[in-house]
Amino acid sequence: MMSSLHRHPRVRLGLLLGPPILWLGVAYLGALAALFVTALWSQNSFTGVIEREWTLDSFRTLFTVEVYRTIALRTIGVALLVTLIDAVVAFPIALYMSKVARPGLRRFLLVAVLMPLWASYLVKAYAWRGMFAEGGLVSSMFEAVGLKSPGFGLTATVVTLAYLWLPYMILPIYAGLERLPDSLLEASADLGAKTPQTIRRVILPVVVPAMVAGSIFTFSLTLGDYIAVRIVGGTNQLLGNVVYDNVGAANNLPFAAAVATIPVVVMLGYLAAVRRTGAMESL
Amino acid sequence: MKRLSAAASLAVLALIVAACGTSGGSDDSSDDGAAGTSGFTPPDLKKLDTLGAGEGKLSVLAWPGYAEDGSNDPKVDWVSSFEKETGCQVTVKTFGTSDEAVSLMKTGQYDVVSASGDASLRLIAGGQVEPVNTDLIPNYADVYPFLKDRPWNSVKGQMYGVPHGYGANLLMWRTDKVTPAPTSWGVVFDANSPYKGAVTAYDSPIYIADAAMYLMATKPDLGIKNPYALDEKQFTATVDLLKQQKALVSEYWSDYLKEVQAFTSGNSVVGTTWQVIANVATGEKVPVQVTVPTEGVTGWSDTWMLSATSKNKNCGYLWMNHIVSPEANAAVAEYFGESPANAKACAQTADKNHCTTFHAGDEAYSQKIWYWTTPIEQCLDGRTDVKCTDYSRWTQAWTQIKG
Repeated sequence: MMSSLHRHPRVRLGLLLGPPILWLGVAYLGALAALFVTALWSQNSFTGVIEREWTLDSFRTLFTVEVYRTIALRTIGVALLVTLIDAVVAFPIALYMSKVARPGLRRFLLVAVLMPLWASYLVKAYAWRGMFAEGGLVSSMFEAVGLKSPGFGLTATVVTLAYLWLPYMILPIYAGLERLPDSLLEASADLGAKTPQTIRRVILPVVVPAMVAGSIFTFSLTLGDYIAVRIVGGTNQLLGNVVYDNVGAANNLPFAAAVATIPVVVMLGYLAAVRRTGAMESL
Repeated sequence: MKRLSAAASLAVLALIVAACGTSGGSDDSSDDGAAGTSGFTPPDLKKLDTLGAGEGKLSVLAWPGYAEDGSNDPKVDWVSSFEKETGCQVTVKTFGTSDEAVSLMKTGQYDVVSASGDASLRLIAGGQVEPVNTDLIPNYADVYPFLKDRPWNSVKGQMYGVPHGYGANLLMWRTDKVTPAPTSWGVVFDANSPYKGAVTAYDSPIYIADAAMYLMATKPDLGIKNPYALDEKQFTATVDLLKQQKALVSEYWSDYLKEVQAFTSGNSVVGTTWQVIANVATGEKVPVQVTVPTEGVTGWSDTWMLSATSKNKNCGYLWMNHIVSPEANAAVAEYFGESPANAKACAQTADKNHCTTFHAGDEAYSQKIWYWTTPIEQCLDGRTDVKCTDYSRWTQAWTQIKG
């Protein structure tokens, strides 16, 4: 058996690559293709049964009805905001972890960053619901300084999502900074650069591609999210909710598929832009 | 309303005549008067002729509170006795909206479903549920006659399930935060409501009917006669009202536990609800009360239906018989807060006034509730000079209302 495999390198290669290619081609890209094809079908509005006739009706509705544009822009806005907040919060943490903390503390911090990933998404989202609820931690803090709590809404959604995806931003930046030799920082100092200058001229060029890599996670995860906004988002809805409502409530699979192509297209555009920065190598 | 009930009773009469005339076949599509009430021909499916032994398991798709096995509250259990008697092991999946029920039934994974009027016809037309032979269900004989052969549970004289119970969507409020006690839906619809930002509403397109019902009472010049039959002008006015309501809403609910939690924390203090939610909230010491506002109420009339693709049909029939038995029907009705369908259930309730409170068997009262119905293009109020907005329009509008 083994020897026959040795004699037939092509068979060996086929066995090695077959399963992953099948997985990628059929289960993964096939599903995406099926999604896109479904978007071109129509459905019976009474029974919700899909009628396999080619039509662009779903896309027509998507582009002509204003509310979907509003929701798409809102979703992209939330995704950008979450990414921005994560980048700003993650940078100092990652910098401290990789360049300042002693090895023992560094290991502890790494575990602390990873720890929330072990807890269920729902538990974390409901924890934030409790904090934003009337009499919760966030609202009582706001009341203590005489402000009105934001309550459930877009603010709560952005905060919750930024919290949920923070580890996905910290880890790439941390990895990027790990690759930066300490000697470069020392050299920068020896040559008379002050800390801000070192950060701007030495650290940031290394960190920005890592940040962009992290932003792929935070941006795409936010783009597809519909659970957090249902839990803390009040009356707001994002693209994921429209997809969910059209699958679960309206039984309009073709339209749901049409809506689902928006994040795919946005993500493709984003990835194309990211490729130009060279951040793909930092992934 | 008068016209509708007259039409309905005429249809029932026609159905009875038709049923007597063609007692043998369920699949004949004769053009008698009943065809007009539903306006579609359901897929040709056979009902069961005889009952065999149970298959040992049953998958139930139910509204929360309809199939309790004691896991939520050890005292609330009418599934275990069924399992013991019949040997059918029950698994229960609950759903929050009728739309969810329809899409879950399409998976074919569930044997029986408790369908409200806005789901049942869609399930029949889609071929997801099959005709039910009521002769195989002894307890069917005790079901109130005014629940049998209705447009939402039968087609052309053929029953597609067993009536289970009916009730109303009530107005609930936190007694410590809302004073005086509201008597009108105005507190959740009026732009000047003092509870701005703490109102809750049901997250489903069918909630549009609640707003239409409010307009029916407050803006009579719109001429709404049935909240499920809205022409273009009436529909626009209703959607505008709901868009205005959105500014008042703290959040929409479809998960009943989420509503309980929102009332517990005080994020919501007033809004539409089911009796069972008020019961759960009261059980958790949340000070809430419910009422039937002056404008009237929407509500549900539910039917247990049998999946056409079910492999456990015998257990399904046994379940339908069990759930409308006086004991189980009384227990569900009391726990969920609705009128039972079985006339004998009233003698079995723990609270002897339950049936009086919920006006069980009171046909006149039951006709005052606007039961959930799927809006279709043919106006349900009998108008033929205009086209009404159908459910897919309602669904789209609901997304636009939420913005």
